Amino acid sequence: MDAFLLQLLVNGVIVGMLYGVVGMAFVLIYKASQVVNFAQGEFLLIGAWVCWWTLTEFDIPFVFGFLITLVFMFVLGVLIQVVVLRPLIGEPIISVIMVTIGLSIFFQSLLNWMFGVFAQPFPRIFETPSMEIFGLQVQTVYVMSMFVSVAIMAAFAWFFKASKTGLAMRATAFDQQAAQSLGISVRHVFATAWAISAMVSAVAGVVVGVVNGVSSALSFFGIKVFPAVILGGLDSIIGAVVGGLIIGLLENLAAYVDVDLQWGNMQRIAPFYALILILMIKPYGLFGTRDIERV
Amino acid sequence: MAEAAIAETPAAEAQAPLLAVNNIEVVYNDVILVLRGLSLEVPKGRIVALLGANGAGKSTTLKAISGLLKTEDGEITRGTVVYDGQVLNAMDPGAIVRRGVFQVMEGRRIIQDMTVHENLRLGAHTRPHDSQVARDIQMVYGYFPRLKERTGLAGYLSGGEQQMLAIGRALMARPRLILMDEPSMGLSPLLVREVFGIIRKLNEDLGITILLVEQNARMALEVASYGYIMESGKVVLDGTADDLRTNEDVKEFYLGGGGEQRKSFKNIKSFKRRKRWL
Ligand SMILES: Nc1ncnc2c1ncn2[C@@H]1O[C@H](COP(=O)(O)OP(=O)(O)OP(=O)(O)O)[C@@H](O)[C@H]1O
Ligand SMILES: [Mg+2]
Repeated sequence: MDAFLLQLLVNGVIVGMLYGVVGMAFVLIYKASQVVNFAQGEFLLIGAWVCWWTLTEFDIPFVFGFLITLVFMFVLGVLIQVVVLRPLIGEPIISVIMVTIGLSIFFQSLLNWMFGVFAQPFPRIFETPSMEIFGLQVQTVYVMSMFVSVAIMAAFAWFFKASKTGLAMRATAFDQQAAQSLGISVRHVFATAWAISAMVSAVAGVVVGVVNGVSSALSFFGIKVFPAVILGGLDSIIGAVVGGLIIGLLENLAAYVDVDLQWGNMQRIAPFYALILILMIKPYGLFGTRDIERV
Repeated sequence: MAEAAIAETPAAEAQAPLLAVNNIEVVYNDVILVLRGLSLEVPKGRIVALLGANGAGKSTTLKAISGLLKTEDGEITRGTVVYDGQVLNAMDPGAIVRRGVFQVMEGRRIIQDMTVHENLRLGAHTRPHDSQVARDIQMVYGYFPRLKERTGLAGYLSGGEQQMLAIGRALMARPRLILMDEPSMGLSPLLVREVFGIIRKLNEDLGITILLVEQNARMALEVASYGYIMESGKVVLDGTADDLRTNEDVKEFYLGGGGEQRKSFKNIKSFKRRKRWL
């Protein structure tokens, strides 16, 4: 196998894991509250800008900037749910979708206005920009990205299996009224879902921002989460991870094809070809739930 | 109304009932009047049956007590629900569960894509998750040994096992009053007997007060000490279980009834239910 291909595969896994992470964040909201959040990509953007701003403005260590960003995103997630989405409960799905699209446009414009349209590099975080793993030159941020992705996935697994709030969320996703009959507050669950989703997306946003610099291109990264989650099945957390990996790999293999065959920009559109294909042959995705039917 | 029941045990005479529903009126979607001045009382430590035909408003009554009415755009427009001296009308379901009132909803409503164990933990949502919860889960397995063996998803349990899980899940909340909606629904006669045996046992062992809604009037009146019969949103008859069992009208309408009729009721029900649950 040539080194270029190997490098692309590694990239594919690393980027794919990030898609998976953002995909999980997206699925979390969808599962808990049946809202298709078209502003998911903007969470990455906001997170990255906030982190960039705290670091460049106050010149504090990365860890602190990162923590401030998480707190900010938590509050923002709750606020959006309470102020914007809660009043829409019971409205037609299309209205809710229009509102999240509106949110997406609003945040994009706001951030462009506040931070300009040019990509800004993060201050340097790692002493050594790259390290050698198995003879492969890998950027340190990529290694960090892998760690962060795996950590978030593990945290999700624990959260939904073992924590009280996680169980309450799954119950709410399955049957809202039954959940309420157990004393679960659906409002609380919705707000928590948005808060976690915003925080997790922001983490991905910061990671991508550290690699590529912060710019509105980040929300395009967020858009590629759609092929990932639709491939995995909109309501499956595991599906989001698998879908993210597949899209990440596909994209990078397409890049290989681009370079080898000179077909033009396959890398950019391959995920969306995949999206169309999936919708045609397997509309519920690989892991989308079919209800348990028993008589 | 409940005098007969109270007279049975002189000790209870002075006590206010654990639950008193006073002349309530319930409206869905601001226009559909379903309960029109319904009153009933449930004395502490008793099993009280609430009987009536399909659509009489039995489930609505339970939801009015548990606060779940609010999740269906329903509202108590008149009257009060008083539990243990507190008016529940304006409380949300969570607050009511915390006070010890737990509704086991019609159709069991267990979380099918979760395990038995997870469902039981969910029942304890309003309690701190400590070692006591683990002990209570073992207690529930004690009452329902069959549940302990089922390690897969709850959705694959049989109807009877699902009903047991629904009751076990209620126990996890440590309720003082359980509102039980048609626990016999869809179960074979043998299982119905088993489930009712368990209901009686919970009442005797744990002292849990139970308001039992049933289509199966015969079984319900066997375990209950007192019964109410409702029709189109009102109580039309009430009395001790023994009195009701021997009452000619009750016999004719609720105890006699050929299997034919019950079958057709069932069809109507499942149709209506699907529509409501959407
Ligand atoms: N959410 C709702 N919105 C509007 N009307 C409702 C709603 N729920 C119930 N109803 C109506 O209220 C009436 C009483 O319903 P309810 O479910 O309380 O009856 P029930 O006695 O429990 O009947 P069943 O034996 O079939 O369960 C019915 O006419 C029903 O159509
Ligand atoms: Mg009913």
